[in-house]
Amino acid sequence: MEMQQFYYDNKIVKKFIYATIVFGVVGMLVGLILAFMFLFPNITDGISWLSFGRLRPLHTNAVIFAFVGNAMFAGIYYSLQRLLKARMFNDFLSNLHFWGWQLIIVAAAISLPLGYSTSKEYAELEWPVDIAIALIWVVFGINMIGTILKRRERHLYVAIWFYLATFVTVAVLHIFNSLELPVSAMKSYSVYAGVQDALVQWWYGHNAVAFFLTTPFLGLMYYFVPKVANRPVYSYRLSIVHFWSLIFIYIWAGPHHLLYSALPTWAQNLGVVFSIMLIAPSWGGMINGLLTLRGVWDKVRTEPVLKFFVVAITGYGMATFEGPMLSLKNVNAIAHYTDWIIAHVHVGALAWNGFMAFGMIYWLIPRMTKGTLFSTKLANFHFWIGTLGIILYTLPMYVAGFTQASMWKQFNPDGTLTYGNFLETVKEIMPMYAMRAVGGTLYLIGMLVLVYNIIQTVRANAKIEDELAEAPELQKIGNGRIKGEKYHTWLERRPIQMTIFAVVAILIGGIVQIVPTIMVKSNIPTIASVKPYSPLELEGRDLYIREGCVGCHSQSVRPFRSEVERYGPQSKAGEFVYDHPFLWGSKRTGPDLLREGGKYNDNWHFNHFWNPQSISTGSIMPSYKWLFDNKPLDISLTEKKMKAMVTLGVPYTEAQVANGLKDLRTQAIKIEESLKNDSDFVKSYEESKKKAAAKGEAFVPMNEREIVALIAYVQRLGTDIKVKITLKNK
Amino acid sequence: MLEQIKHNMENIAGVAIYPILSLLIFFTFFIGLGLWVYTYKKDKIKELSNMPLND
Repeated sequence: MEMQQFYYDNKIVKKFIYATIVFGVVGMLVGLILAFMFLFPNITDGISWLSFGRLRPLHTNAVIFAFVGNAMFAGIYYSLQRLLKARMFNDFLSNLHFWGWQLIIVAAAISLPLGYSTSKEYAELEWPVDIAIALIWVVFGINMIGTILKRRERHLYVAIWFYLATFVTVAVLHIFNSLELPVSAMKSYSVYAGVQDALVQWWYGHNAVAFFLTTPFLGLMYYFVPKVANRPVYSYRLSIVHFWSLIFIYIWAGPHHLLYSALPTWAQNLGVVFSIMLIAPSWGGMINGLLTLRGVWDKVRTEPVLKFFVVAITGYGMATFEGPMLSLKNVNAIAHYTDWIIAHVHVGALAWNGFMAFGMIYWLIPRMTKGTLFSTKLANFHFWIGTLGIILYTLPMYVAGFTQASMWKQFNPDGTLTYGNFLETVKEIMPMYAMRAVGGTLYLIGMLVLVYNIIQTVRANAKIEDELAEAPELQKIGNGRIKGEKYHTWLERRPIQMTIFAVVAILIGGIVQIVPTIMVKSNIPTIASVKPYSPLELEGRDLYIREGCVGCHSQSVRPFRSEVERYGPQSKAGEFVYDHPFLWGSKRTGPDLLREGGKYNDNWHFNHFWNPQSISTGSIMPSYKWLFDNKPLDISLTEKKMKAMVTLGVPYTEAQVANGLKDLRTQAIKIEESLKNDSDFVKSYEESKKKAAAKGEAFVPMNEREIVALIAYVQRLGTDIKVKITLKNK
Repeated sequence: MLEQIKHNMENIAGVAIYPILSLLIFFTFFIGLGLWVYTYKKDKIKELSNMPLND
């Protein structure tokens, strides 16, 4: 057999590693700023693009897609070439993938703080960026599959199966969840509404965790852990079972994010069952990873890379045990909407993804620079401060979660809520938020130590160059099964067939859950009193989306006595039929807003948005002063937005669309009039008129400003149902 | 809430086939997976699991 010489592309791996490090620092820093905003809600007072609601999606997107994403690509580009004994398929595609992905990240870093957001979690980016993501993702896929096709190794190692499943599933999820109708260059509406939008979103959201944060990293685990420990994986058989059962089961579990919501119960229960089943493959994988170290545990004492891997895999085990537990309805009833969930996701992100990435970086950089790590001591320090950071982050959040849930649900003997004021439950957990910020700081310090250590390593060692390798050419043996070849051995050398099987495995769950909810109309019973939003409310809703209110306020009342008492009647599927997108939220840093309409008068909201602390002492809601700016609300798209809604099935009549702007103005003026009931408002309003005149600015009447639209929306929330109830009572 | 759902399920023609169908799908899937894994030859497994160490 003739040996062929070729070069492994190390430069592309280097680029992805550097991007991982840069965006790791950025993503964690934004996270830390957010943690401090819980303590000092107005540290960025008046700066719209640095407000909590807009930075939160930036943090989640930066950590998931920029930090973990780049780490995943670095690991895949390194291991894929070596497992296949081939250079990446095409250098141009590799670089297009790299630069395209970074450009998308930059687009996110600019557009999210500016308020361009769809509000759907981990899918906040607007439609042009969504298209770019799809295209670059396909580039990655072509490059990977191309490499597989020109490989010099007959069989595909199990890590590559995980990479392939990642590619196809993320493509499917991203496309279906991002189906949206554009109304302008940076604004679109989800084609799904309410319950259906929620189901598709969490089918996506859950599987973004599964197929972006988990499967690729499991592939990396199956490559790097054996590599660093210098022994094969504990059980290759187990890894096969792990792969197929994980991808088959994971895809069904999405509805556990929507327990006790208005989602049909059958879909909720299906989500619960599959979430419980997930323990088996997840723990199978964890055990397989940890037991790979059998006989070499002594290495863990001296090798920081292995330390990181051990804590990462343990974190994976903890998060994947906790996940199914959280999916049990009785546990979910306590944990959902609380900081427990924040603890849960950070065990996954900080331990599993973060520590896997750090271990990989500490191992790859010395290897590629043909030297040793600058300082093992510093790497050990990073390990310990990082571990301590994780503990100090998560433990307080668990305590906070339990505290919140217990206080929310506590009743007095006379049947009233013990903590009827939501703020009491916030004040109680402020020390936990402070400790969390300390934990986050420690973790970030560890990350900065890594930056220093890696810079010094790169400076001291050789330049990263492509690496010469040789392997015999792969002999053609025909597409069919050769004599004596078993079916699976045949399948494992047929990447396309493998991929198709993987697609079938992931599609079954998605189809069973989503198709009936979208197709069977009776799954979403309509309510006659539920009417589409008025033009002003629609604009207000878009402001609610722009400001990321959904990051802290849910709009979903669960059928519990404690919630009905606190917020009002439970959510009903029919209430959300015109909600493109749905805004149920997933966290209650502040109270639920589903029944907020009419609870307080317009002035209350006006003053509260201007300075929440002046109305609610101790509130940690930031002020939204820019909504009051002497600038008119942008109504240039109102008509177009209504028309888009009509296209999506919202029953605005032609007359309603034609009179949209007129109706908008009438409603806005009415709100301005009601604001004038407050003498303080009248006084400061007159003053601001004078101020504008003194500056020579044109004065924009209050009814034309953004705040009025937001008040209109908030006052509308939940009132459709209230109307019905009062009529019944009469 | 539950009432509405229950009746929806009842209204699907031939809904009784669903549990049987799902049991079949899962049974076949996991039995197939078990067979797949346990019919491997030992040396093949060894060869495959050593792949990361051979570059």
